[in-house]
Amino acid sequence: MLSKGLKRKREEEEEKEPLAVDAWWLDPGHASVAQAPPAVASSSLFDLSVLKLHHSLQQSEPDLRHLVLVVNTLRRIQASMAPAAALPPVPSPPAAPSVADNLLASSDAALSASMASLLEDLSHIEGLSQAPQPLADEGPPGRSIGGAAPSLGALDLLGPATGCLLDDGLEGLFEDIDTSMYDNELWAPASEGLKPGPEDGPGKEEAPELDEAELDYLMDVLVGTQALERPPGPGR
Amino acid sequence: MLVTEGGVPLVPTCKKWGLEMGLSFFSKHLPIQEGQPWALKTPADIISTVEFNHTGELLATGDKGGRVVIFQREPESKNAPHSQGEYDVYSTFQSHEPEFDYLKSLEIEEKINKIKWLPQQNAAHSLLSTNDKTIKLWKITERDKRPEGYNLKDEEGKLKDLSTVTSLQVPVLKPMDLMVEVSPRRIFANGHTYHINSISVNSDCETYMSADDLRINLWHLAITDRSFNIVDIKPANMEDLTEVITASEFHPHHCNLFVYSSSKGSLRLCDMRAAALCDKHSKLFEEPEDPSNRSFFSEIISSVSDVKFSHSGRYMLTRDYLTVKVWDLNMEARPIETYQVHDYLRSKLCSLYENDCIFDKFECAWNGSDSVIMTGAYNNFFRMFDRNTKRDVTLEASRESSKPRAVLKPRRVCVGGKRRRDDISVDSLDFTKKILHTAWHPAENIIAIAATNNLYIFQDKVNSDMH
Repeated sequence: MLSKGLKRKREEEEEKEPLAVDAWWLDPGHASVAQAPPAVASSSLFDLSVLKLHHSLQQSEPDLRHLVLVVNTLRRIQASMAPAAALPPVPSPPAAPSVADNLLASSDAALSASMASLLEDLSHIEGLSQAPQPLADEGPPGRSIGGAAPSLGALDLLGPATGCLLDDGLEGLFEDIDTSMYDNELWAPASEGLKPGPEDGPGKEEAPELDEAELDYLMDVLVGTQALERPPGPGR
Repeated sequence: MLVTEGGVPLVPTCKKWGLEMGLSFFSKHLPIQEGQPWALKTPADIISTVEFNHTGELLATGDKGGRVVIFQREPESKNAPHSQGEYDVYSTFQSHEPEFDYLKSLEIEEKINKIKWLPQQNAAHSLLSTNDKTIKLWKITERDKRPEGYNLKDEEGKLKDLSTVTSLQVPVLKPMDLMVEVSPRRIFANGHTYHINSISVNSDCETYMSADDLRINLWHLAITDRSFNIVDIKPANMEDLTEVITASEFHPHHCNLFVYSSSKGSLRLCDMRAAALCDKHSKLFEEPEDPSNRSFFSEIISSVSDVKFSHSGRYMLTRDYLTVKVWDLNMEARPIETYQVHDYLRSKLCSLYENDCIFDKFECAWNGSDSVIMTGAYNNFFRMFDRNTKRDVTLEASRESSKPRAVLKPRRVCVGGKRRRDDISVDSLDFTKKILHTAWHPAENIIAIAATNNLYIFQDKVNSDMH
């Protein structure tokens, strides 16, 4: 971690210099230090990004810039993880999806709770946040129409989605995942995911396929509902 | 003796330092006064914005606790050659208070995000200060005389017994201790759903704009109950949101032009004459991504944290995470100059992402002649780049590093190879000490540096004029 300024002796520094700068950011205790191939870095990066997204959304007023940047980064990481051919062999392909599994399953309670509350508050909040719009749109005549439409559109778009989500029930999203296999702590995954997972075998065949899409969908909905309904948090 | 509202004049400590670039400065570090509640080292003291007024006579700072402190430059006097135009506290006032939005169950921070001075039109000074949601216009006036000798009331203001009044007198104005009075003249509220990141006063001196993450509004300084929305990048479906507005500024001379920057590293120059809603830019300034430097963090580090027009109006200065760039308004394809602020961090991006430092928003500044640009960095370092000589320097704003009357020496961050004495290694940098806010006097070589809750003002003793 870079946060503390550590003064080291000069000889130590010179010794450390030849160490790969790429691996510098990894904790010595990190299991992947020895390997440090890009795909393994991606999966920890993926975890980190999901955690950041999670934290950001849990705030009462997420910082919109932070949220957007994290989501875009997460999409980049996901895109790079998707093609299995591009990944180095053995631990990585099972690692990435199982890590996603763990996160998804273990955090689904918190996520579904926040999603439920978001969806509940959404139309109420969105309706109230219309209040400043008429004032702001008074000037240029064409503007007031333009101003109303996007927001209404957003509400409309969200309506059916909201309905679908609630109709299935939030549990419906995860009913085909056997969560008993993934009773892990939220932040255990890094070490867990790196082990090649024969024990994860049975539940895994169907899970990986769904996970990427589910997570993507989940993220999109969360970003959509949360960002719509809650103004961003304090700037950094 | 200057008496301020709640502020206490501070005794400056003068230091002197020299600079490779041929300028020598002396620093005035303002010590925190004991006993003053606002002087205790609390998070509320963290300075969140610094701004000189148009003449440089006044310097305003805003902090996390919603306070504004204004410093005034003392006129140079031959009697005290050491105090060559130093800055002392002129006024302190509470600009914004924490608010609670009951409808959304959200607390609105009182932190001052930006202060912008209005051009002075009479004896009073005016400034705009904003937090996340509300902009306020403050008027600062001086009172140095008071009327004395009323006929009907005595010195304390009590009505006199009329039978004791035997003759009439004309009340006269007598000098009194200077009193600085601050009053809120306008409150521009309810204009923004998202968090305000910039305000900019138009050169017409009648309007100003305020920008949040997704929208920019145009206000008239005299009208508080309405504003015009001139930019709206909120997508119809918030799930499609991929970009936010990060900063915006009016052109210094053309009252119809303004620029806004985005989290994707692009700049959009807009002309308000073209349409009422400036969603279509007149010019889009964007540098193509360097394929050799591509990483997962490319977008984050390309996010522009500040944009400033040059005084000439011909160039724009932008700051992203690792560089400052100078753009020519006539060339959209790429910046004309790029300066590396701390390229040694490029290999540490993952760690900086982990501890969120990669999201830090640094500001940038031009000097009065547009020949030197300045920006902050970590470890209380700040950097200056001379555009003409292409020389650059790293300096440190800290008490420990500046001995009284000594030359403040340039610092160096070593990244390997030969290490000189006093070099700082990259691993030793303190990432909690970040200089996000800096300002340059509009005409002279005087700079204001905010280092967390300390303000440093550095002055050029040798060369007061611009190069």
